[in-house]
Amino acid sequence: MIYEGKQKIWSDYQKEIPDDHWYYVRSCIRQNFFPASERMFTEITKNVLKKDIYETPYHTTCGGIAYHCDTIPQETVMTIVARQFALMTEAGYENYVPSCITSFGNYSETLETWREFPELEARIRENLWKSCRREFNKPKYLAHSSDLIYHWRNEIAQKGKFRLVDKETGEPLRIVEHIGCHYAKMFPHKGVGGAEYPYVLAGMVESWGGQVVDYPERRHCCGYGFRQYHVKANRGYSVSNTYKKFESMEPFHPDAIITNCPGCPYFLDRWQYVISEQTGKTYGRNGFGIPVFTYEEIAGLVLGYDPWDLGLQLHQVAVEPFLDKIGIEYDPKAKYLGLNKEDILRPGLPTSMKCF
Amino acid sequence: MADFGFKLSKSSTLDLDKVDLKVYNLLCKTDPDIKTCMACGSCSATCTAAPFSGMSMRKVILALQRGQDVRPMLGKCMLCGKCTMVCPRAINTRHLILSICKCYD
Repeated sequence: MIYEGKQKIWSDYQKEIPDDHWYYVRSCIRQNFFPASERMFTEITKNVLKKDIYETPYHTTCGGIAYHCDTIPQETVMTIVARQFALMTEAGYENYVPSCITSFGNYSETLETWREFPELEARIRENLWKSCRREFNKPKYLAHSSDLIYHWRNEIAQKGKFRLVDKETGEPLRIVEHIGCHYAKMFPHKGVGGAEYPYVLAGMVESWGGQVVDYPERRHCCGYGFRQYHVKANRGYSVSNTYKKFESMEPFHPDAIITNCPGCPYFLDRWQYVISEQTGKTYGRNGFGIPVFTYEEIAGLVLGYDPWDLGLQLHQVAVEPFLDKIGIEYDPKAKYLGLNKEDILRPGLPTSMKCF
Repeated sequence: MADFGFKLSKSSTLDLDKVDLKVYNLLCKTDPDIKTCMACGSCSATCTAAPFSGMSMRKVILALQRGQDVRPMLGKCMLCGKCTMVCPRAINTRHLILSICKCYD
C-alpha cells in the first residue's frame, strides 16, 4: 500500500484519548502468558508518567472468552460488563481502559448494542440490580491500554534510554506490528487508524526509532481464534494460520514482532516452536525464531528496565539476539532467577530452534 | 518429529506465479476457444454425469488455469456432448476433453 494512502486512513480514524484518570481492568489470561506486561503498564503509567490509573481486585472476567467460545449468551456477558462499569462508577471514574483486546471488543460491542437497542440496556440494568444491587454509568471514554501507551509514546521516547535501532549500523530495526482482531475489525472507528492499517502499534514503533514492516498477511489472524485453539481437534487449523503468517513475513526479515492482544504474542511465540518441531523451519536469523513482544515489554525495554524483570525469560523464542542488536545489557546467569534470586529451573530446549 | 496431536495443514492458497501451466498453455494452442470461457457453468448445469459423479467442465477449466491435475474428473465424462450444445461461447467442450486427455498421454 502507498504510504500517503495510509496517512489518509490514519487521519480519518482518530479517537479522543483523555490524558489522565483511567479505571484499569486486567485480562484473564495475560498474567499467565507474559506476567510482567500488565505490571509494567501500571509501573510505566503510574511511576514513570505519573498518571492516575486506578484498579480494584474486585473486578472479574469480562466474559469474552466464554462468549466467543459460544458457552454463555450475550445477555450474560452484558450483565458482567455492567457490573464492571458499576465498579468504575463506584470508584468515581469515567474513563475505562481494559488490558485485553477481546475485552475491548466486548465492551465496544456492548456499548454499540445498547446504543442501538436502549430497551436491552434497560433490561441489563434490571438484571444487574436484581443480581447484585448495583447501578452504573456508561464510561465517557473507552480505550485499550495500547491506546494509552500510543497516546504517551512520545513521552516514553523522551524518557527512554534505548531506541529500536541497530547499535552497529544505526539502521532502524524492522518490526512487524500485529494487532488483535477484536481491536478494530468489528468497529473500525473505535481503533486508532481504523481496521485495515491500525496505527496504534505502528505509531509506537516509529516514535521509538523502529521501522514498520509491511507484508501481505499483515492483517491475518494470529491463529488463536478461540474455537480454533480451545477445541484440540481444531488446533491444526490454529497453527496453520500462524504458519501462513510467518511464511508471508519471512522474506522481509523482521527483527521482532510487537503485539497488543493477550493471545497473539503467546501463539506467535509458542507456535514458532511447534512449527520448528514439525517442519524443522525457523524464521529468525541463524536458527533463532523471531522474538514476539507485548507493547508494554517493548516500552519497558526502551525505558531501560532489566529484561528479566520484564519477564522475557518466559518467551519461547530467545530474545537475546534482539537485545544484543539494540545494545541492552543483561546478565545471562540471572535469566532463570526469580524473585529473591531463587532458581526457577530451566525449560527443556527445542530440537530445531536455537534457544538459550 | 514431535507429535502434538495436531499438525500443520497445507494451505489452499495458490501462487499463480509458481503453478505449472504446461497443460493449459498447450490447450490454448490446440483448442484456442478455451480462452473464451467465461465460467458461466452452463456446461456443468447440463452435464448428465454431474449429479452422480461430481464431473464439472467449469471446474475442469478452472483447475487447468490453476495448474491442477484434472485427470480424476475427466474419467467421469461420458462424452455425450450436451455441454457443447449449451455453451454460450460455442466452445467445443467435447473436443476439449479429448484434447486434454491427449495432453496427459
